[in-house]
Amino acid sequence: MPVRVEAGVKVWQRRDRNKQLAIWGGWFAVVLLFVYCWQIISVNTTWFFVWDSPRVAADIASRMVPPRWEYIYRIWDPLWDTINIATLGTVLALFMAVPVAFLAARNTTPNAYIVRPVALFIIVSSRSINSLIWALLLVSIIGPGVFAGTIAIALRSIGFCAKLLYEAIEEIDHTQVEAIEATGASRWQIMAYGIVPQIMPAFAGITVFRWDINIRESTVLGLVGAGGIGLQLSSSLNILAWPQVTLILIAILATVLVSEWVSAKVRHAII
Amino acid sequence: MTVAAPTIGRRWRKPPLIRNANLRWGLYIGAAVYFILASYSILADVNWLRVYEGLPRGAKFVGGFFPPFPFANIIETGGFEELAAQRLIDIGDGLIESLTMTVTSTVIGIIISVPIGLGAARNIAPMPVYLFCRGIIAISRSFQEVIIAIFFVAMFGFGPFAGMLTLSFATIGFLSKLLAEDIESMDPGQAEAIRATGSRWPQWINYGVQPQVMPRLIGLSLYRLDINFRESSVVGIVGAGGIGSTLLTAFDRYEYSTAATILLIIIGIVFFAEYSSGKIRARLQ
Repeated sequence: MPVRVEAGVKVWQRRDRNKQLAIWGGWFAVVLLFVYCWQIISVNTTWFFVWDSPRVAADIASRMVPPRWEYIYRIWDPLWDTINIATLGTVLALFMAVPVAFLAARNTTPNAYIVRPVALFIIVSSRSINSLIWALLLVSIIGPGVFAGTIAIALRSIGFCAKLLYEAIEEIDHTQVEAIEATGASRWQIMAYGIVPQIMPAFAGITVFRWDINIRESTVLGLVGAGGIGLQLSSSLNILAWPQVTLILIAILATVLVSEWVSAKVRHAII
Repeated sequence: MTVAAPTIGRRWRKPPLIRNANLRWGLYIGAAVYFILASYSILADVNWLRVYEGLPRGAKFVGGFFPPFPFANIIETGGFEELAAQRLIDIGDGLIESLTMTVTSTVIGIIISVPIGLGAARNIAPMPVYLFCRGIIAISRSFQEVIIAIFFVAMFGFGPFAGMLTLSFATIGFLSKLLAEDIESMDPGQAEAIRATGSRWPQWINYGVQPQVMPRLIGLSLYRLDINFRESSVVGIVGAGGIGSTLLTAFDRYEYSTAATILLIIIGIVFFAEYSSGKIRARLQ
């Protein structure tokens, strides 16, 4: 136990000197890095706008209330689109994520040296690129609209679903698989009776979880032209129609809360 | 001669995932109806001619990956053009801006989210404080970073400052919520033991609560650093600085090889960050 002697009295300490110094050094490095980064940002900032921001914020806030409730008849359609983008995107993603997950899991991959790294690369690249960037790309390739948004959500979700699913596959109980193997089952039968029942709850949980995230993400896809409520948001922002913006934000908030509630309910029912 | 024995009783069938037959069929039919309606409303909207016209552009984009743009430029022209060098500098600037935004926003986010996380834990905060902190968390979690970024850009002007604030705000929702949940599920015995020594509130937090949640807090912070970098590539699309603005410019000019290079760099950095933060987290926990 590290003890320091102070005027002849032993005083308890949590760490010994070297460890304390190392921790202090680590903090010091973090502070240095932070100050350096802050400086770069500070140089690229127009501070006049920042000092002016409270006035601007108050101005925007005063324009935003009250919300323009009549506008709600114009946003039912885009809201329906938004939900479709998220749902169909999730379904499409699952179709692609399941094979990728089986190829990526250590215990089911056909080849650990060639196939597995390829599957892992698919997962990483799908996960590192945000759905908004996928949407940007797809809008410039296949044109603006709901279709581009759906594909963007699907491409982004593959990595997420496949990653969680392959981790679930790797954690299955091997004895059950062995029992099916011992009956002389074929490769596909082992899959269907030994592995799939074990990962089914995880699969359902992942689906609902991702669907919830996708609802959130599909609300902004319209900003780059990929359909949904974001389209109305961006056009309202462009014409500075702040009361409409408020109403759209309220609609988004309500949708997100409902989807979160649904996903929590379903996950509780499964687990 | 053997004849297969007739099966007695009913054949075994795999038990369905949902036990209740009515609920199961109701869900199946509901899902089918929904998918038909939803697919119809999406597919009716697609301009197939435009999709067809876009396919060569998609091929061009995929071609932009092989090889990425600096090398492609060297192969095409035999040398390095000034324009290409300029683009490389643009990419570098965007990256530095993104990375600085990531670091500062994570640090600021952590500093703010620790007190809010403490306030949002039901077992150590009084009711009014709890509700207030949970409210902040709910607002921060409900809106996409991009929506917050739009407002911050409107308030603070274009540039990385707005992006930094956006990411800090998003960090607060994420970290405080998980920290609060961790505190709520901590071992009350240890905290009580410290309280029994007659410690004051800060001492109680420092010696009773903090050691229990610290490993997870560090792990979550590293994880958030990852996420913040990924998100920093997005907030640029609405003008909040970072590599996203560079990427948007590349797409607007149909410079697919530049865009492909940027995406490859993002994938590389995310992969590296995820790998190393995974290693650090494994060592800490």
